[in-house]
Formats: sequence, C-alpha cells, structure tokens
Amino acid sequence: MSEAPLLELAGLSVDIPTEAGVLHAVRDVSLTVRRGETLCVVGESGCGKSLTSLAIMGLLPPAAQRRARRLALAGEDLLSASPRRLRALRGDRMAMIFQDPMTSLNPAWSVGDQLEEIFIRHGKGNRRAARERAVALLERVGIANAGGRLAQYPHQLSGGLRQRVMIAMALMCSPGLVLADEPTTALDATIQLGILQLLAELQAEMHMGLMLVTHDLGIVARIADRVAVMYAGEVVEEGPARTVFTAPRHPYTRGLIDCIPQPDRMAPGQRLGTIPGMVPSLVGEVQGCAFRTRCAFARPECAATVAPRHGPDDHMWRCVLPPETLDHAA
Amino acid sequence: MPGSTPVSAPGEELAAQAALPAPVASQRRPRWRRNAGLIGSALVLAAIVIAALGAPWLAPHDPYLQSLDDRLLPPFFVDAERAMPAHPLGTDNLGRDYLSRLLYGARISLLIGFFAMVVSGLIGTVMGVLAGYFGGRTDTVVSFLVTTRLSLPIIMVALAVVSVFGGSLEVVVLVLGFLLWDRFAVVMRSATHQVRGREYILAAQAIGCSVPRILWQEVLPNVLSSLVVIASYEMAQAILLEAALSFLGLGVQPPLPSWGLMVSEAKEVMLFEPWMIMLPGAAICVLVLAINLLGDGIRDLTVPEGRA
Repeated sequence: MSEAPLLELAGLSVDIPTEAGVLHAVRDVSLTVRRGETLCVVGESGCGKSLTSLAIMGLLPPAAQRRARRLALAGEDLLSASPRRLRALRGDRMAMIFQDPMTSLNPAWSVGDQLEEIFIRHGKGNRRAARERAVALLERVGIANAGGRLAQYPHQLSGGLRQRVMIAMALMCSPGLVLADEPTTALDATIQLGILQLLAELQAEMHMGLMLVTHDLGIVARIADRVAVMYAGEVVEEGPARTVFTAPRHPYTRGLIDCIPQPDRMAPGQRLGTIPGMVPSLVGEVQGCAFRTRCAFARPECAATVAPRHGPDDHMWRCVLPPETLDHAA
Repeated sequence: MPGSTPVSAPGEELAAQAALPAPVASQRRPRWRRNAGLIGSALVLAAIVIAALGAPWLAPHDPYLQSLDDRLLPPFFVDAERAMPAHPLGTDNLGRDYLSRLLYGARISLLIGFFAMVVSGLIGTVMGVLAGYFGGRTDTVVSFLVTTRLSLPIIMVALAVVSVFGGSLEVVVLVLGFLLWDRFAVVMRSATHQVRGREYILAAQAIGCSVPRILWQEVLPNVLSSLVVIASYEMAQAILLEAALSFLGLGVQPPLPSWGLMVSEAKEVMLFEPWMIMLPGAAICVLVLAINLLGDGIRDLTVPEGRA
C-alpha cells in the first residue's frame, strides 16, 4: 500500500452503561475509507451506524466508552491525539453532516456567520476570504442568490436548503473526509435524491473520502464504491458495492436487498420482502451471530462465535453458510 | 435498481427559492413598532432614566435642604390655594422639596436595581449555564447551592447583614446581588440544558469549537431571550426589595432620598397627607411595571425565531 488510507478504523467498540447492564452498541467494527472513495454504512435503526460515525469524530456522549485498536486519519493516530489537536482536525480535515438540518444550524446566527466561522476558526483566511468561499460553495450546492442567503437565518430556509447549507459548511475547509450521518432522512422524499446526487458529485469533484451512513440501500447502490452492512452493532458484510449487491454472502444483506422496491421487476401489488423479527437486545454479552434469531438459514453453529470470512476484492462477511447458498435465494 | 423514483427536477426547487422575497431591513421596523407595550414602557423608562441622570439640573431645589417654615405643603393638584409654585409637588415633614427628592430617589432605585441585577445575573448565569451544559456533578453542586439559597429568607439575611455592616448603598447592592441569583441559575440551567441537546451543539463540536467558544457563541445567544426576561424581572425585584428594606430602615439610610424611605417617612402622616405616600409609591409602581413590560417586549424581539 503506497499511501495510508484516509480513514483507518479497526476493532472499534462502543459500550454504554445502562441500568439494565452494559449496552454493547458497537462491537469490533473495522472500516477503511480511501481518498476519493465513498463508503456507505447501511443497517436498520439502532444498529450502531450513527455511534460509529460519532466515535470516529470523537463526539460520543460522555457516558459512552470507546475502545479501538486503531483509529487514524490519513495516517495520524486519533486515539492518542490531544483534545486540542482533535479540535484542530475536526471541521478542517474531517467534517460531519448531521441527520436533521432543522436542528443542526444555530438559530441565533445567520447562515453567513455560521459558514464563515468555521473557515476563520481554522485559520484559512480573513472574513472577506471566508465570505467569498461561502458564496462560492453555496452556489456550488445549488442555492440561488447565494450572497443574499448569507444574511438569512436558518428558520427562513426550507429543510432542503438547510441541508445544502450544512453540506456547504462541511466543505468550507475542504476536508479530506466527510462523514454524512443519514443526511436525507429528515428531508422530504422528493429532494432526498437531489441532496445525495449533490454529495456524490462533490465527493468526486473534490476527491474526498465520503462515509455515508444511511438505511436506504437503494441509494447505496447508486453512489457507493464500498458498502458496509451493519447489524446489531457489528459489520456483518463489507465489500465493493457491486459484489455485495450481486453476490451477498450474509442472509441479512440478502434480506435488505429484497426490501428494495424494483418497479421494473415486480408486479404491481406485489409485496416487498420483509425481515421477520426484531433486533435483539445488545445489553449484556452477545454470543454468536446476532442475526440468527431472524435468519431463515440459522444453524446450531451460529450460536458460537462466527469468524469473519474473506472473498476476492476485500469482500468480508460473518456467516457460516457456504458462500453460494444465497446466490439464488429469495 | 430503483432508478425510477420520481424526483422533482433541481431546477424547480431553485425556482421556488428565487421566488422568495429577499429579506429587507425594513421588515425589522414594524416588528418593534407593533409592540405597544415595548414602546410605552421604553418611553416611560427613558423618562425615568433621564430624570435620574438629570436630577441635578431638573430638580428645582436641593433635596436635602430643610425649611421648617414650609413643612407639609400640599402639591398643586391636592390643594391649589395652599400650594406654592416653588414646590409643585409640595414638601415633606421637614420642608424638603418633594419633586426634587423624587427625582433624586429615581437615581437610588435605578442604581440599586441595575447593579444588584448585574451582580446576581453574573453569578446565576455562570452557575446555571455551567450546570446545564456539563450536567452530572456540576449540576448537583449548583442545584445544591440553589436549594441552599432558596432556603434563606431574603429579608432575614439582609437584616442580619445590614445590622453587622450598617446600611449603605453598596451593602444593599451586594446583599441583593448575592441573594437574587437563584432564579437566574434555575432558568439558565434549564434553558442551557435544552439547547445543549440540540444538534447544532454537536455540529459546533464537529467543526472543532472549544467548550468556552460553544458556551459563548452557541449556547448564550440562544438563551439570551430568557436571560433578558429574568434580568428585567430581577431588576424590578431588586428595586422593590430596596424599597422594602429602606421602608424597614434596613436599606438606604436617611437623609438619602430613596423612594422606599420616602414611603416610610410619609406613613406617619398617611391619614392627613395621603399624597405623600402615594407619590413615591406610584413612582415605584410605574418604574417596576415599565421594567417588566420592557423585558417582555425585548424577549419578543430576541427569541431567535423572531429574527429577520
């Protein structure tokens, strides 16, 4: 490997003490994002996607405990970095786009103030340069009359516009890595795709590493280079998007793919696939495959620890089934 | 793959944005102009402040000058025949010009109200914001201090302190300042706690802001509207307490012309010269009302959602 990957994460665990016991919200997650690559992290609610991205930024709630074997940004170790160094990196070298643009902009400041602040805070230039950059980026993210928008307050903007502002804000310092935590979940369905296309365009244009957390597999298929499927705090399958979609090796991935509506291949009125059951509780020790309670292929050996298996193209999955089992399933 | 999801062309959304009226500065004017309470109270308060600041020039007489010949002259609206043009609001039982004493009294009230509010506001806001932002142990300590403070009766403590240090302007300001911070702390704590959970705080951390910066730039502007209301309320409260303490002889000492003291001095002749007690009483009432209304009006203007 000639160049260190943009983001290296190995063996991440996040534990949250609760009254019922320790909640193992994220368990042994390893991810890699290279420059110019989009990694999509998918999974249903509560599977630890958001906590993983917060853990990378070092912004977990105080109660949560983070452990990892390695967490590095462009080769720089973040686990041992000082709080001051982390603050310098956040916003400058790695940025985050949050789920709800309605609450992630401060209502007390104008859009321009908030955009310029990050630029000036990281010593990228004076207010005039910040303003120019803000106008250029607002135009780039598709906001008309960018100069006039700078003076407006967040409550004067629609949800889609606010998320565009959030994207512009994340890009103010041209970070190498952008973490987008379900950036379209809170938006109207009609503008979701527009925002995602914008993100994908900007990612290619600025040659960033993009880690997109989402629960919409349909979106992933369009813009991801690599996909990591999370279930119950664990990455159950990870690999190049094409491989994961055409030859999923984990029954959960298979189930998720079957939940995607495919208008050209399905008869009108045909029901979408569903995955029966519920996500198990992650309080206390979790043994074996967490999906076995819902899995149609569950076997006795699933209760034991399932070792990750590897295929070509960096394809990894955690399942005891013979690789071909799922090819014609569903 | 789900390629056929219907999506509005980006152009439509942009066209809708462009159709929005651009914000104009004049939108701000009708907002405060429509607020009658704000304008009225601001005018009254401005008049009282001008009276207080300009007392040396506006007052027709020295407020301390006694004239036993002209004792208990009625104001012009009570008894026009006995009233003297030199003393439009009459004189007190030592023959001191009542108008001059009322004007100088405004200074005492505003001074004590303002500085007591500043002192208590600083203490309470710092404690409340820290407790609300950090929670946990900090919160426990602050809550304990607030409870302790709430269990102390203000008048009792003030009485004890004044009897030890003697009544003076500074002592009254400090006593009130150190006793009135509880409401600041309680309100700022809950307001900060609410703001702290918002995603923009996380977003600020995500762009690399330090804690003091987040408190100053992200939290404070969003709790400012509650702060303004509490500040106005506490200033009014301090003015009332000063009047009460002075009335009890524990606050400002004679011959300083404090409105509370004037009420106290007038109570001996209350049945014969009721105007003597009504004038400073009305002054206190109007000042307190104006401050409270102003606080409400400013709150309406400064709620973040109300900005344009």
